[in-house]
Amino acid sequence: MAHASQKNLEALADQETTGHEWDGIEEFNNPLPRWWLWLLYATVVWSIAYWVVYPSWPLVRDYTHGLFGYSQRAAVLNEVEAARAARGELGKALASAPLEEIRKDPELLKLALANGKAAFGDNCASCHGTGATGRTGYPNLQDDEWLWGGTLEEIYQTIRVGARAGHGETRQSEMLAFGRDGMLKREEIRAVANYVLSLSGRAFDPKLKLEDGQAIFAQNCAACHGETGKGNKEMGAPDLTDAIWLYGSSPEQVMATIHNGRKGVMPSWEGRLDPVTIKALAVYVHSLGGGQ
Amino acid sequence: MAEAQAAPRTYTLYEARKRIHPQSVKGKFRSIKWAILWVTLGIYYLLPFLRWHRGPHEPSQAVLIDLANGRFYFFFIELWPQEVYYIMGLLILAAFTLFLMNAVAGRIWCGYLCPQTVWTDLFLWVERVIEGDRRERIKLDAAPWTAKKIGQKAAKHALWLMIAWWTGGAWVLYFADAPTLVKALATGEAPLVAYLWIGILTFTTYVLAGFMREQVCTYMCPWPRIQGALTDEHSLNISYRYDRGEPRGSVKKSAQLKAQGLPAGDCVDCFQCVAACPAGIDIRDGLQMECIQCGLCADACDAVMLKLGRPTGLIAYDTDANIKRRMRGEPPVYKVLRARSLLYAVLILGVGIAMLTALATRSFTGLSALHDRNPIYVTLADGSIRNGYTLRLLNKRPIERRFTLEVDGLPGARVEAVGAVEARDGKPILTVGPDRTEEVRVLVFGPQGAHLDPSTPIVFRIVDLASGETASVADLFKAP
Repeated sequence: MAHASQKNLEALADQETTGHEWDGIEEFNNPLPRWWLWLLYATVVWSIAYWVVYPSWPLVRDYTHGLFGYSQRAAVLNEVEAARAARGELGKALASAPLEEIRKDPELLKLALANGKAAFGDNCASCHGTGATGRTGYPNLQDDEWLWGGTLEEIYQTIRVGARAGHGETRQSEMLAFGRDGMLKREEIRAVANYVLSLSGRAFDPKLKLEDGQAIFAQNCAACHGETGKGNKEMGAPDLTDAIWLYGSSPEQVMATIHNGRKGVMPSWEGRLDPVTIKALAVYVHSLGGGQ
Repeated sequence: MAEAQAAPRTYTLYEARKRIHPQSVKGKFRSIKWAILWVTLGIYYLLPFLRWHRGPHEPSQAVLIDLANGRFYFFFIELWPQEVYYIMGLLILAAFTLFLMNAVAGRIWCGYLCPQTVWTDLFLWVERVIEGDRRERIKLDAAPWTAKKIGQKAAKHALWLMIAWWTGGAWVLYFADAPTLVKALATGEAPLVAYLWIGILTFTTYVLAGFMREQVCTYMCPWPRIQGALTDEHSLNISYRYDRGEPRGSVKKSAQLKAQGLPAGDCVDCFQCVAACPAGIDIRDGLQMECIQCGLCADACDAVMLKLGRPTGLIAYDTDANIKRRMRGEPPVYKVLRARSLLYAVLILGVGIAMLTALATRSFTGLSALHDRNPIYVTLADGSIRNGYTLRLLNKRPIERRFTLEVDGLPGARVEAVGAVEARDGKPILTVGPDRTEEVRVLVFGPQGAHLDPSTPIVFRIVDLASGETASVADLFKAP
């Protein structure tokens, strides 16, 4: 077939070349298809128009805003506003209805639970966990033990003002550092810890006399935790007779708590979240199972 | 040098379509085809307007595919998306029915019932009314473009497009309330998707029935390829009875042959069967892939035979076996009942009975459960264990229903539902709207002080307060 390809070359010999030549190798002039070139020009024109109407060039402190004044941030805010408007009457009802009413109205409850769940994931889950089960030092919101009360109103209040937070009405109290501050000696702490754990059947040292521990408890602890150790929700003092231990129920953990004291902080959410979201959060947390 | 002088031959992998101009015929099969055409098209165009009252909460359209709400309505049947197996069953039934048809009497579907055949027939009719019959059409296509030709072609395409538009228009009516949508379409207020689908179906109808026609059957449809596996020598097919027809020849020639005492067939080689064929084949070449067995060649042949005073049925429904038997001088036998057809019939009956049973015993109440994953369980202040679940209740009836919820398998357990305001005998009452589902969070409290296994099987049960209908679902109660 050698002669055939030779023939092909001859046929092409009078075709236009680009004029470039390397060692006898020439390049045919095969221009881009017209339509392709016109598309390229069109995109160039398009890009210039784009610069004019949309934000495009960075400046030293600012950027060119463009004729349309478009901004992605504003677009998001518009969408949020539209979503809020789309809730319409139901959204307004959620804002105005008392907490108890929300709980009893199936439609409002659904909206509040959906909003509350989303807000919980964004704001609360970092400490209380995605399942609201908490961890050592961070209360489990699924169970029925509440430091500051488990009614809808009380939960709402706690979220609003926080505990030991900067808010003026914040939940305020303190578990004193009985050991570190020299109020109780090491043996006394051991005795009272043994007594406290005995209230829920967990006494760890049979050699220690429960009466001794009880006496220390009555003098130092009963003021907040009550004569019987049932706690006091007014003061955020936990029930010491039940199965739930925020800082752990081992003898070492309980003694550490008595020695060093505890003052966990829950931030106040008023001002950070709007009142409707706080409401929705209260309804959601209340619905998790421990609500009273 | 011989090589260089040889004209270059190009081969193309594309077989250009040879335009077919079928001749109009009158006869038995043509009449049947017209009847089926009007009945099926009538059903297709009018069915969406048929009303079927279902109550205040449901659409009153007899046949409706409600995609937005995920419901399929067919007269007294209402299906939910999870019951798509009924559609599967219907498709299986349809397949077996096609198999059975094919085993007994060939491509009945293709020849009479297939939308491709019906619409092509309709388009051909329009073509014939405007441009004339076969001979005129061939002449017109070959003629130069004159005002008359342009007018005829324009009228034909306009009519075709109108029919195609109505086809698409009727299609979308199956997906929304028909009278409302018609009004919206007329005033230009229908949703964009409706116009889009009308456009798509207008285009496909116009192209498939106007231009592609038999090409769809030959190249696009899988049926001719699998037909060979479904037919046998006892299947009735539109056949040329070559035992009677051959040797073919003109009336004069066959008379001469007969005078000489030589055999002469009934086929006069008039090519009327070929002219009438919408697939453009010669039936006398035997059973072919392109043949949709519409019977128009039989009608054409019968007309010729009647004119010649010969018996009709030279082309007719017959079996391969019988043609061969006649050639051997044996009487024909018809074996409709044979292993193949019986098997298909039994399968149709089986699937049909299974579907009817499923439909008759279909439950209108449903329950499903999802155990909380985080936390798996919660320890309460008194040391007891609580588990959380998300239940979904299904109410397939067109009325609001109230159910009590109970849990079995864990003695002493208590069940609570978030948001339930009423209870009966300690069982929460849950309300589900008409034809809806309801999701509800449920808490199960284990008995206090009891030793629990890490995993105890339990059963949730809902009971309709009014009718006593129940539904239940199994799950587990987890403990440390």
